[in-house]
Amino acid sequence: MFELLGIPPQVLMGQLLLGLINGSFYAVLSLGLAVIFGLLNIINFAHGALYMAGAFVAWMLLNYFGIGYWPALVLAPLIVGALGIILERTMLSRLYHLDHLYGLLLTFGLALIIQGLFRNYYGISGLPYQIPDVLSGGQNLGFMFLPNYRAWVVVASIVVCLGTWFMIEKTRLGAYLRAATENPTLVGAFGVNVPIMIMLTYGFGVALAGFAGVLAAPIYSVNPIMGEQLIIVVFAVVVIGGMGSIMGAIITGYMLGIVEGLTRVIYPEGSAVVIFVIMAIVLMIKPEGLFGRPV
Amino acid sequence: MAIVEKSNNLESSSPLVEPVTQAADMSKLHKYIFAILLIALIILPFFVYPIFAMKVMCFALFAAAFNLLLGFGGLLSFGHAAYFGGASYVAAHAAKVWGFTPELAVLTGTAAAALLGFAIGSLAIRRQGIYFAMVTLAFAQMVYFVAIQAKFTGGEDGIQGVPRGDLFGIFSLADNIALYFFVLAVTFGGILLLYRIVHSPFGQVLKAIRENEPRAISLGYDVNRYKLIVFTLSATLAGLAGATKSLVFQLASLTDVHWSMSGEVVLMTLLGGMGTIFGPLVGAGVIVTMQNYLATFGAWVTVIQGVIFVIGVLMFREGIIGVLARWLKKPL
Repeated sequence: MFELLGIPPQVLMGQLLLGLINGSFYAVLSLGLAVIFGLLNIINFAHGALYMAGAFVAWMLLNYFGIGYWPALVLAPLIVGALGIILERTMLSRLYHLDHLYGLLLTFGLALIIQGLFRNYYGISGLPYQIPDVLSGGQNLGFMFLPNYRAWVVVASIVVCLGTWFMIEKTRLGAYLRAATENPTLVGAFGVNVPIMIMLTYGFGVALAGFAGVLAAPIYSVNPIMGEQLIIVVFAVVVIGGMGSIMGAIITGYMLGIVEGLTRVIYPEGSAVVIFVIMAIVLMIKPEGLFGRPV
Repeated sequence: MAIVEKSNNLESSSPLVEPVTQAADMSKLHKYIFAILLIALIILPFFVYPIFAMKVMCFALFAAAFNLLLGFGGLLSFGHAAYFGGASYVAAHAAKVWGFTPELAVLTGTAAAALLGFAIGSLAIRRQGIYFAMVTLAFAQMVYFVAIQAKFTGGEDGIQGVPRGDLFGIFSLADNIALYFFVLAVTFGGILLLYRIVHSPFGQVLKAIRENEPRAISLGYDVNRYKLIVFTLSATLAGLAGATKSLVFQLASLTDVHWSMSGEVVLMTLLGGMGTIFGPLVGAGVIVTMQNYLATFGAWVTVIQGVIFVIGVLMFREGIIGVLARWLKKPL
């Protein structure tokens, strides 16, 4: 087998896969943030907490109700989405007439509450979640060992990302959504119920976070603090990509995951900060983000 | 999807309109309040645990420095822990390893925060509003990762056993009361300096930018320069608070650079009343007292802070002092 810069291919491929996995979560989460931001103009700080809630809901479904991974993959996002809709109706919707920074502050408070509650009841040691039987084991590809579940995570996240992209960019519903992003008043005048659309959009964006949480549950242990580190990195991803385009958010997510994985091979100490360094460079060269429109 | 980047005038929805005060002289009311505050703080350590009082004062300065940026500059930084904690690490290192006297250690830490604030600020001001908040948060997280990995910060242990030393090499600060008066001088001085900045011509320009940025530009102000200066000033004074805190607790730790610290200072300012002079001080007092009494409840403190955040944003955006100022019809 080939060797690159003296790095064994197993190591390189292993880290690339790990990067791709992380990138999958970055992509799904930043996609949710971008969808919410597009219509609501707020940054959902509670996104990380709701991702964590998704993982916990899957765990609870299994341990309290005996509902396995596959139904949970559908049920948990629905439950998290419903929770999001409640939050939007009761709290967020009161803030639309104010500066958007209040939305950020409110969702930050919500994140603290959700995380604090889970920490109180489940501690921070983390709870195990079994990989479903169908996806246990792995494939030997000759140059590396590919665990089935990890392959599934990458495939599932790509399918969900592309599905969301298709829905927003190519369907009639998506056209309404894009129109409401440009001018909610005018769309409302055409008879579209914009408040309901905003509510469902928030629910959908949050459900994406819940879906990512379920995907993550068997990889990382289910842990109340699993979302808090991740969300800040996702914020950096969003700044790098710019929230102007759905495809941009997806591509940036995967790309940065891979870059992070490569950094772990070449310069391990830098892997925790590489995304922030890239953010600094992007801010210097193209402040509006790689896919953002100039302001 | 289009990006709408609105100007970040956070105060636009607040009914509290701040009257333009004369640049140089302090209003009589404020003078009295500061005088009463100073007298109260001088006798305070004989009634309450001095360490607790010092903690409140450090956080009051931290929140006041943050409020300069948010309340008067209209810029929401979600990463002020970087300057607070960064300065506390540098000051602790200077006092412990380099053997600096306390005032030099504090100054070194503060200077480090100023440099860091300048570096991050010059990048962050390239974006506005929500992006600005995310950029500052992300850079603060980078500082946090550096603090975990760097050698001199001691990783998870932090820098422990920081010597309080002798002020100017003469007066020992080992005694809590002696240190208390050092901390009082530093934090009170810092808060007066902030007051002076807000009421200077520079402060008036800041408010103009906050209220209407395009207009300030059309009037010929170099808006980005003002933003960078106020960001650096705010970071510097936040650093002063953090450096002082490291002497009080003789410890610099990861808690001080963690994102939750950035959130706490936002909470203090929001609760006390952003854009007010005394609000951050009250907010800091309330939050630190609350943490003190609820310390045994563990993560419930986080939940309660979250609830205060939510209630504050939904129903109480003026904050304690903001409401008081409206009742009294006087700017506080």
